[in-house]
Amino acid sequence: MSNAAVVNKPLSNFAWVSPTKYERNVATQESKWIKISVISIALAFFALFLVMPLVAVFTEALRKGFEVYWLALSDSDALSAVRLTLLTALIAVPLNLVFGVAAAWAIAKFEFKGKQLLITFIDLPFSVSPVIVGLVYVLVFGVNGWFGEWLVANDIKIIFAVPGIVLATIFVTFPFVARELIPLMQAQGKEEEEAAVVLGAGGWQTFWYVTLPNIKWGLLYGVILCNARAMGEFGAVSVVSGHIRGQTNTMPLHVEILYNEYNFAAAFAVASLLALLALVTLVLKTWVEHRAGTNASAH
Amino acid sequence: MSIEVKNLHKQFGSFTALDDISLNFPSGELVALLGPSGCGKTTLLRIIAGLEQADSGSVILDGENASQTHVRERQVGFVFQHYALFKHMTVFDNVAFGLRMKPRKSRPSEKVIAEKVHRLLELVQLDWLADRFPSQLSGGQRQRIALARALAVEPRVLLLDEPFGALDAKVRKELRRWLRKLHDELHITSIFVTHDQEEALEVADRVVLMDHGKVEQVGTPDEVYNHPQTPFVYGFLGSVNLFHGRVDDGHLHVGDDVLHDLGENYGPGSEVYAFARPHELDIVVDTQQVSGLSAKVNRVLSFGLNSRVELDGINSAHGQHFEVELSPQRVHELSLTQGQIVKLVPSKLKLFQRDSLHKDHHA
Repeated sequence: MSNAAVVNKPLSNFAWVSPTKYERNVATQESKWIKISVISIALAFFALFLVMPLVAVFTEALRKGFEVYWLALSDSDALSAVRLTLLTALIAVPLNLVFGVAAAWAIAKFEFKGKQLLITFIDLPFSVSPVIVGLVYVLVFGVNGWFGEWLVANDIKIIFAVPGIVLATIFVTFPFVARELIPLMQAQGKEEEEAAVVLGAGGWQTFWYVTLPNIKWGLLYGVILCNARAMGEFGAVSVVSGHIRGQTNTMPLHVEILYNEYNFAAAFAVASLLALLALVTLVLKTWVEHRAGTNASAH
Repeated sequence: MSIEVKNLHKQFGSFTALDDISLNFPSGELVALLGPSGCGKTTLLRIIAGLEQADSGSVILDGENASQTHVRERQVGFVFQHYALFKHMTVFDNVAFGLRMKPRKSRPSEKVIAEKVHRLLELVQLDWLADRFPSQLSGGQRQRIALARALAVEPRVLLLDEPFGALDAKVRKELRRWLRKLHDELHITSIFVTHDQEEALEVADRVVLMDHGKVEQVGTPDEVYNHPQTPFVYGFLGSVNLFHGRVDDGHLHVGDDVLHDLGENYGPGSEVYAFARPHELDIVVDTQQVSGLSAKVNRVLSFGLNSRVELDGINSAHGQHFEVELSPQRVHELSLTQGQIVKLVPSKLKLFQRDSLHKDHHA
């Protein structure tokens, strides 16, 4: 199908895709030493910058034994950091799911003025340093900020409180879903939607029965990446959080605090949770890519 | 149901897709919209369906102005060039889609839907594919499923946008015949868009020829083919030879050559385009014959029922190509050689005054 090329773009990385006739042909192969050197450079990089740190996190975390590890994780401040991180992701990810689908839908299926501008704006969180994002929120919602007086008067706390953390996270993770869906939906065109409408389907029916099934794997992929970033975000959240232990500390912030207090074992213990999250994300991502790939080739 | 469009106008930026189109499609007819790509035929079809809005003008369905009616309520069946089947649904679910989307009150039960879907799949002779996915079907099968899906909601009209455009020649021919048969059974008012003249002439009751957002001619296949009213229609339907010339005293001057006694007359000195079909030209080897148009033999293609001779223009017609269709015996008599200078003698010539053309036509 025409969209196969879009959906299964990462598929070629997969070891279980059998080599083509072209790849097996001696005439089209590189010489052995090129293959060996290129592969060993890649593997060396991989070991040095990815595997080693990952192993280090877990060995450091468990260096003083499992009991210390467990104590660090069951500490009330650590638990509250985990809770806050989960809460933030639980709010930010569904919101960005809705925003992302709406933005991608608008961009892919309609023609309107300022479309290019909208696409640029969606990319903004990628191009702006997260610290600046945090500062902007402080400027707008802080005590001395634009809405500061009004917020204080109405006893609403955004900066140095949970709402600020959620806002900053939403901003930083905004592009993930939209960016994933826009090219996919553009490639799919709007013929199927048109066919559905001509057959009498309403707008919601068209979305639910035609558009959503076509984008579900791309959507899931975007959500997974969005979630990983939401839980791991440091810069923007650090500025707006205020680092109040047990109240406004997310997991990455908690790791930093513990580390600064030379409490390495505890710092690495919490860090290992984040690393674990990364691994789970990778596995999920690979699985989704695989499903999307097989789906695309089957349909 | 009859369809009428009145004074339709559609502009895409600076490009005029439809320029004051008024047409009438009587009930039960199968009409072809024929024209080169970019002539506005697909835009017209999409405006009738409601997938596109005209800038001005109206669409009248069954005597009622439907210009403001939403696509959903127009009750049209639309068949897309690339089928637009729902990839993630089985053939059965695709055909059932329109029925399942109906509001609860008018929605038939699953049992009734199943019966209807199977009846439609039998109609398109693909009942055995009900559980397959679109990706498992051939192009021709997909298009037949798309048609069954469109018919499921009992549309008042059927609109087909280049329905066979994405298929290979053999399947296309088969489906053409099949569509005609289906139409004769169902008698649903249908409009189909095509750029393939053979397809239009073979399948349709009537043909609407379009070019540059305008209607050039409307008529039965016989009328438009044998009595083209404009140079465009003449050039578009079938192959044709074109001569640029000037009329004087009933004689046509093309470069240094003269053709006598045209039968038609124009004011002295009128610039004209003269058209002749390949079978309306004969070749004369004797170049001393005065009444004929000079040309140089390029190639003789003698396969099939008739032989074709391809010639290059010389003198004023330099750079032009001509095609003559002769019987194999005649070609044998002539024993032409490549590069030989001969004269073309038309048995029939259709003249159009040059200023009546809005653009250049090439044979």
